[in-house]
Amino acid sequence: MNMMVAMLGWVDDRFPLTKLWNEHLAEYYTPKNFNFWYYFGSLALLVLVIQIVSGIFLTIHYKPDAALAFGSVEYIMRDVEWGWFIRYMHSTGASAFFIVVYLHMFRGLMYGSYRKPRELIWIFGVFIYLALMAEGFFGYLLPWGQMSYWGAQVIINLFAAVPFGIGEPLSEWIRGDFVISDATLNRFFAFHVIAVPLVLIMLVAAHIIALHEVGSGNPDGIEIKKNKGPDGIPLDGIPFHPYYTVKDIMGVVVFLIGFFAVVFFAPTMFGYFIEVPNFEPANALKTPDHIAPVWYYTPFYAMLRAVPPMFASQFPGVIVMGGAIVVLFFLPWIDQSPVKSIRYKDVRTKLALATFAISFVVLGYFGVVSASPVKTMLAQCGTIIYFGYFLYMPFYSRTEIKATMFRAPLVALYSLITLVIIANWWSGAVSYEIKALLTVITLAYTAYFLILPAYVIPAVVKPVPERVTK
Amino acid sequence: MSEEVDHSKRRFLIGLTAATGAVGGTAIAVPFVKSMLPSERAQAAGASVEVDISKLQPGELVIVEWRKKPVWVLNRTDKNLDELATVKSKLTDATSEGSKQPDYAKNDYRSRKDNKNILVMVGVCTHLGCSPKHFPDLAPAGFEDGWVGGFYCACHGSTFDLAGRVYKGAPAPSNLEVPKYKFLTDTSILIGDDSEGTA
Repeated sequence: MNMMVAMLGWVDDRFPLTKLWNEHLAEYYTPKNFNFWYYFGSLALLVLVIQIVSGIFLTIHYKPDAALAFGSVEYIMRDVEWGWFIRYMHSTGASAFFIVVYLHMFRGLMYGSYRKPRELIWIFGVFIYLALMAEGFFGYLLPWGQMSYWGAQVIINLFAAVPFGIGEPLSEWIRGDFVISDATLNRFFAFHVIAVPLVLIMLVAAHIIALHEVGSGNPDGIEIKKNKGPDGIPLDGIPFHPYYTVKDIMGVVVFLIGFFAVVFFAPTMFGYFIEVPNFEPANALKTPDHIAPVWYYTPFYAMLRAVPPMFASQFPGVIVMGGAIVVLFFLPWIDQSPVKSIRYKDVRTKLALATFAISFVVLGYFGVVSASPVKTMLAQCGTIIYFGYFLYMPFYSRTEIKATMFRAPLVALYSLITLVIIANWWSGAVSYEIKALLTVITLAYTAYFLILPAYVIPAVVKPVPERVTK
Repeated sequence: MSEEVDHSKRRFLIGLTAATGAVGGTAIAVPFVKSMLPSERAQAAGASVEVDISKLQPGELVIVEWRKKPVWVLNRTDKNLDELATVKSKLTDATSEGSKQPDYAKNDYRSRKDNKNILVMVGVCTHLGCSPKHFPDLAPAGFEDGWVGGFYCACHGSTFDLAGRVYKGAPAPSNLEVPKYKFLTDTSILIGDDSEGTA
């Protein structure tokens, strides 16, 4: 034992091992009232590890060559010992990552985890989300199946939509060729296995360092550092280790049961985790009858499709799709509520979050199915609500009426765009009932979340207790 | 010599060092960024392709590969050609002003005048690059209203007539591209080359 202590001392004189352990685990004081929603941060870390480990072992057998890639994946599936297991772990892990991250982000929206002083944690998190989307996109090309090929074709062509003569050379620069080819596959392999993972790991480190600097939030939205005992330890805080390490292990056990149930019994998740056309090698001459991105991109894809071309260009759709993510960065500053947690906000804010979540899921559905005029209208309605959650937030979260309408040209412009979209619905050849229904929903949404809070009834928040509740 | 630090001089030197570093950083980025452009080999690929159309029945479509892209060769019936005029008012760019085609294909049929039944077209949607499907008779779901045959892109729902002209309301901004082509004989087409005199 003395030997161990001496060795630890030797290390501590040269590297802050004990200091790091204490600061981030044993003496990192965490609010004692974490609930179910606080599992997903540690689970995201677990999935990252699963992806890195399974990814390394796939790289051992995979060949990033357009002539060999599809075959090498089938070789992994059929001939490599346990290859099917490692590959399905990796493909299921990709979807699991997004499930966990979406729930983690929803937790942030509910409990105001993005509010001061945690703005940077949120911003690093949005960058992590972006890096994850890039990682998923590059990775999906590697099996070189039909969906790999045509999915990449569509996404890279989004860049070709950039106007002023930039788009075409930009897309050629990304592809390294005039069409998707071996050059594209080879570089996407480089991005997927080294470039993006490095960025991702650095961002995760920044996310956690920022979190441990300011301390964790909690479902009550109370700063536990404001109530410290005589020993300087927050009264409502408990050390992360062993309390939350043990709690999180419980979450890991439950998560892994579900995760491996999918790996073993439904690895393609009925075409949602691995799409059916991807079991066919890439064919540059034939687009599959129905192409859709993997489920985790579909809400954004639906927004892209919902925007009609303007000025003979599809660039406006690309702007809307990009804007749907960029708007997340501004969240810490557009929330004007004096309270953080949904528990103490009024029913209107709860409804705003609920309609936002519903619109996200509905958009996800419309991104999966093939387009038609009616579905496009519904997707436009969903897009209005998605952006409304953010753009109207300064109004429905505020507890006082201020004449901000005229000071917010962006919101005025957005309301105008909403009206133009509604007018456009009435010029289309869709049944009267659907037009009327969507018009009523959209106008009611705008009235309830913008007009009413901005001019008539501001938000009413409940009093926040001094100490965290059970 | 004075013991005092000359702050303005120090700021100037820091600025100068940073600027020099920035120039160097930009310079070193050039080879890396340029290495990702299409290589000499990728640029050299793209020979023209010869297609035998002697067995192409009226109404039939064949897909050939040219520069790794699908190219359609469609033998349109006379009825098809007559119907092209009837849909004109429903098109975004009926006269192909804002679309890509050689001058000899900038007409109502978007084909060479002396062989106007034969349509040669790059089968890549001008929206986001999917390959639309040929719907000669039955209309794609949701577009039954007055369908006279054409192409439908399942990716984002763009519809085109049998001259590759895009219908209004579709996400595609312009008509499908017509490549350079010429007839070598009555039954043989060369795609990707329209130079005179060599045939």
